[in-house]
Amino acid sequence: MKKIINMRKVAGDFAENKDIAKKLRIEKIMPALSEGNEVILDFDGVTGATQSFIHALISDPIRELKDVTFNNLVYKNANDDIREIISIVYRYMQESLDGNSER
Amino acid sequence: MKVHFSNQGNLRNFKSFVESLDLSYPEKLEISTHDKWVTVHPANLVVAAALAIQAGKENTAIIGEVPETGRYLDRMGLYELVKNASPFVYHKKEEAGRFVPIKIIKTSEDQSRFITDMIPLLHLSEKNTIVVKYIIGELVRNVLEHSFTENGAIVAAQYYKKTNRVSIGICDNGIGIWKSLNTYWHPKNDIDALKLALTPGITGTTRKEGGTAENAGAGLFFIKSIAKITRSYFVIYSGSAEYTLLKHDKRIKSSPRLYADPNRDPHSETNIVPSFQGTLVAVDISLDETHELNELLVSIGEVYDKAIRERKRAKYRKPRFI
Repeated sequence: MKKIINMRKVAGDFAENKDIAKKLRIEKIMPALSEGNEVILDFDGVTGATQSFIHALISDPIRELKDVTFNNLVYKNANDDIREIISIVYRYMQESLDGNSER
Repeated sequence: MKVHFSNQGNLRNFKSFVESLDLSYPEKLEISTHDKWVTVHPANLVVAAALAIQAGKENTAIIGEVPETGRYLDRMGLYELVKNASPFVYHKKEEAGRFVPIKIIKTSEDQSRFITDMIPLLHLSEKNTIVVKYIIGELVRNVLEHSFTENGAIVAAQYYKKTNRVSIGICDNGIGIWKSLNTYWHPKNDIDALKLALTPGITGTTRKEGGTAENAGAGLFFIKSIAKITRSYFVIYSGSAEYTLLKHDKRIKSSPRLYADPNRDPHSETNIVPSFQGTLVAVDISLDETHELNELLVSIGEVYDKAIRERKRAKYRKPRFI
C-alpha cells in the first residue's frame, strides 16, 4: 500500500518546524514503513527545508529500519535544495550506522 | 550592566563592542550611545535587548544624549524594552525600510510565523530569501531547543543597500554553549565549547555519530559555512568567549575553502571578554556573493561527509603490532 504525505500541507512553504517533522515521523512515517507500506513524501509547493527538519524527519527511520526505509521511503517533487539536504542526511546517517556498530 | 553603542557597530568590530560591555549588577541596565553618530548592527541590538529583558523594562534606560541617528534604535524597537520614552517623532511611513525589528520568538509556531511573515519585509530575491529563511530557521530552532530560556530567541535583521548585504543577529539569555555541550563533551572552557559547537556532527544531546532522532550537530557548521562561501562575517559569543570568522579576501578569486575544524578558518577568538550567560550568533550575508542554496549545500555536504568519515576512522580499532 502507498501512503502519500503532502508536505506543503503539513510543513508549509518552508519546512523548518522540527516539532512537525517529529510528529510526522512518529505518527505517520515510522508506523507506515513498519507495516511494509511505501511512503511518498510529496514536496510539491515546498520551496526549501532546513537540514534540522529533514534530519528530524528521516534520520530515525534510516537508523531503525535501514533497508526498509531505503526501499520504501520515497520523495516526490523535491527541488534541488531539498534533494541535496536529503542526500546529505542519507550519507551521514549511513556513515554513522557503520561507525556506531563497529564499537 | 552597561551597553554602549559606538559609531562603529559592525561585525568586524563586534569584539570591541563585547569588550566594552559591563555585565556587573544584572538587575539594572544602562544603554548609552556615541554622542554624534550611532551605528548599530542587529547583533549589538539583540545583545542589548537580551540584557534589557533580563534586567526588566523598569530597570533599563537609554541614557545620555542620543544623536539623530539614534532614531534607528526606536525604529528597531529597542525603546519598547526600556523605561524611557523615545525622543524621536516620525511618521510611520518612514518605517518602510528593509529591516526586521527586534522580535521575540518563544515557540516553534512563533518561529514559523516569523519566517512566513517577517522575512518578506527584507524584500529579497527568491534565492536570497531561501538562504535567509534557512539561517534564521536553524538558529532560532537552536535557541528554542538548546538554550533552556523562558525568554525565547531575540531576533533582528537589516538589509543594507550600499553594501548589498543582510545582517542578522539572534540572541538568547539561556544556559550558553558551554553548559549545553558539557553533558556529553566536557569542553575545557568557553572558547573550546564554541569551537566544538561549530564542528560538524557535534551536538549537545549525544556523543553518538549521526546524533539523535532530532539532532545531528550540523546547524552551526552549515551557517558558518554559508557565511564563509559568501565571503561574509560570522560571529558567535557565549560565556567569556567570542569567535569571529573573518571575511574571505575578495582579491582571492577562488572560492573560499571550507574546513570542518574551525581552527583552520581565518578567524579571531578570545576567551576573556565579559561573561555573557546566553548565546549570540550573528552573520552578514553578502548578497553579491550568494550562490544558489543548492550550490552552497553541495560544498558544505562534501566537507560534512569527510568530517564524519574521518571521525569514524579515528575510532577504528588499530592492529596490535609487537
